[in-house]
Amino acid sequence: MARSPISVSKFRNSFFGWWLVWAVLHASLILNYGYSLNNAVIDSLVTNSLLLGACWIISNILRYYLPYSDRYLYVLIISVIFSLVVNALSKFILNLILTDISNTNYLIFLSNAYWLRLGISFLLIGCMAIICVLWYTQEEEQENRQRKNDAEKLSRDAELYKLRQQLQPHFLFNSLNSISALIGSNPSQARKMIHQLSDFLRTTLRKDEEQWVKMEEEMQSLELYLEIEKVRFGHRLSTSIMKDEGSMHMLIPPMLLQPVVENAIKFGLYDTTDAVTIHISVLRENDSLKVTVQNPYDPDTASPRHGTGFGLNSVKRRLYLLFARTDLVETSAKNQVFTTTIKIPNHENYHH
Amino acid sequence: MKIIIIDDEPLARSIIKEYLQYHPDLELIAECNDGFEGVKAIQQIQPDLIFLDIQMPKINGFEMLELIEEPPAVIFTTAFDEYAIHAFESHAVDYLLKPFSRDRFEKAVSKWKQMNKTITPKDHLTPLLESVSNSPAEHHRVVVKLAGKIRIIPIDDIHYLEAADDYVKIHTKDGSFLKNKTMGHFETVLNKNQFVRTHRSFMVNVTEITRIDPYEKDNHLAILKSGGRVPVSKTGYVKLKSVLGL
Repeated sequence: MARSPISVSKFRNSFFGWWLVWAVLHASLILNYGYSLNNAVIDSLVTNSLLLGACWIISNILRYYLPYSDRYLYVLIISVIFSLVVNALSKFILNLILTDISNTNYLIFLSNAYWLRLGISFLLIGCMAIICVLWYTQEEEQENRQRKNDAEKLSRDAELYKLRQQLQPHFLFNSLNSISALIGSNPSQARKMIHQLSDFLRTTLRKDEEQWVKMEEEMQSLELYLEIEKVRFGHRLSTSIMKDEGSMHMLIPPMLLQPVVENAIKFGLYDTTDAVTIHISVLRENDSLKVTVQNPYDPDTASPRHGTGFGLNSVKRRLYLLFARTDLVETSAKNQVFTTTIKIPNHENYHH
Repeated sequence: MKIIIIDDEPLARSIIKEYLQYHPDLELIAECNDGFEGVKAIQQIQPDLIFLDIQMPKINGFEMLELIEEPPAVIFTTAFDEYAIHAFESHAVDYLLKPFSRDRFEKAVSKWKQMNKTITPKDHLTPLLESVSNSPAEHHRVVVKLAGKIRIIPIDDIHYLEAADDYVKIHTKDGSFLKNKTMGHFETVLNKNQFVRTHRSFMVNVTEITRIDPYEKDNHLAILKSGGRVPVSKTGYVKLKSVLGL
């Protein structure tokens, strides 16, 4: 429900300020016509209190019911009805109060000024009604906008979360299988692998997309992941990591690089039967981070669609959602080496 | 009883090896790192049972089995593959989901020992392979064997397919290869916008066609970039025209 304009202190103060000015004007006008101060004050207080009440009721009516079509006709009708009621009431009340014989002239004056008073009441009430309509329309729009923003943010967060969560079940079950094998042959290695796997899983469970992490942390979790994969694949998998110290304190979205490396391992290990080395380099370029991941592949059997599609789409989508840019992931295949390059713009320039 | 383990992960092989210790009658003859080694070992050793991983380098477990004329009994091992598991269940072939316990392993082995007496492996493997090779994941390549060598043909490299008795002859830029499948199989697995069955015995890769010439009565001939000529029947011509948007 929208707030009533009267509940906003700034509006309320100026409204009552105006009301006071208006009541004083009303009284002094009547004094000007030569009637007594008593008459002027009573008339002004009664009439303007009634007007104030009418304004209050109207602001509440419009708050609870504002038609979508014909809202101005509705306002017109309400204003006419309320000004008629206010005038009838004020006449009735003044007639009750001013019974003394000395007031007869004043009552005649009142009755003569009926149409003028009705017109002025209508103008004032109409003004208030239109202000209220504009106010509520704007409030409603603001609410809709807010709701839309919230919904968009929610679905974006959900999508980002899902993209981050795309940890392959293959990886998990195969790692558990390796641990199961190690328990028989090398229990201390098995225990070590359980710890590595737990530490790695913990970093993947970090929920908050807003909370960017230092490149250093991301590299630690990536190295854990690589250690686990090395246990699984034995001598077939080796890695070479090159990192520029200046890049280590820069911030990146959590778990962004793991799918890229996972893709490189899968692509490299499942597309060749030889031993595979995955090269990872992390560099600071001006204000952004540049991460390059390279894996060998077999150009004879890897179709181009197969090569670029793989697991990189989720990374592309995620970077698009975060930065609204599509040029941050680049891939190239040359001399039996498949290279994925990812640029991560500076946190400060984009962070919402 | 001769056993072979085929799995690309050394630790995955070692756990099967460990469980096999309790079966003196089952002799582990070979361990293979991938499907290529697997095909070779199976032909040399003629094992009674293989433990076969599905996700392996270059060719997967199913593709490897397709290359073997008389496959041995198989217990599949896999970590996670919804499609394959569904296929196993519907064809009553046993499989082990990694990580598996010794109890589960024992169950699979005794099930195999029971079945071994009654049916040959081919009886249940053939329908299984047929159903998994229809899986959408397999559409980007075809695995064939030529003179003992295994070749992986990317789909885009296929010019056309020709029926040849029980086989399909796959014509590519590097020559032609035989595959023990039917035209109907290829018709279901290959992308219908790329491969058109132009004739009872021919399917053509439309991206390879340079022109289509009339040829006898109602028939046509598709001329390929490679110079190959593919017969197009009357109904085949209609299909071809709709795919090409003519």
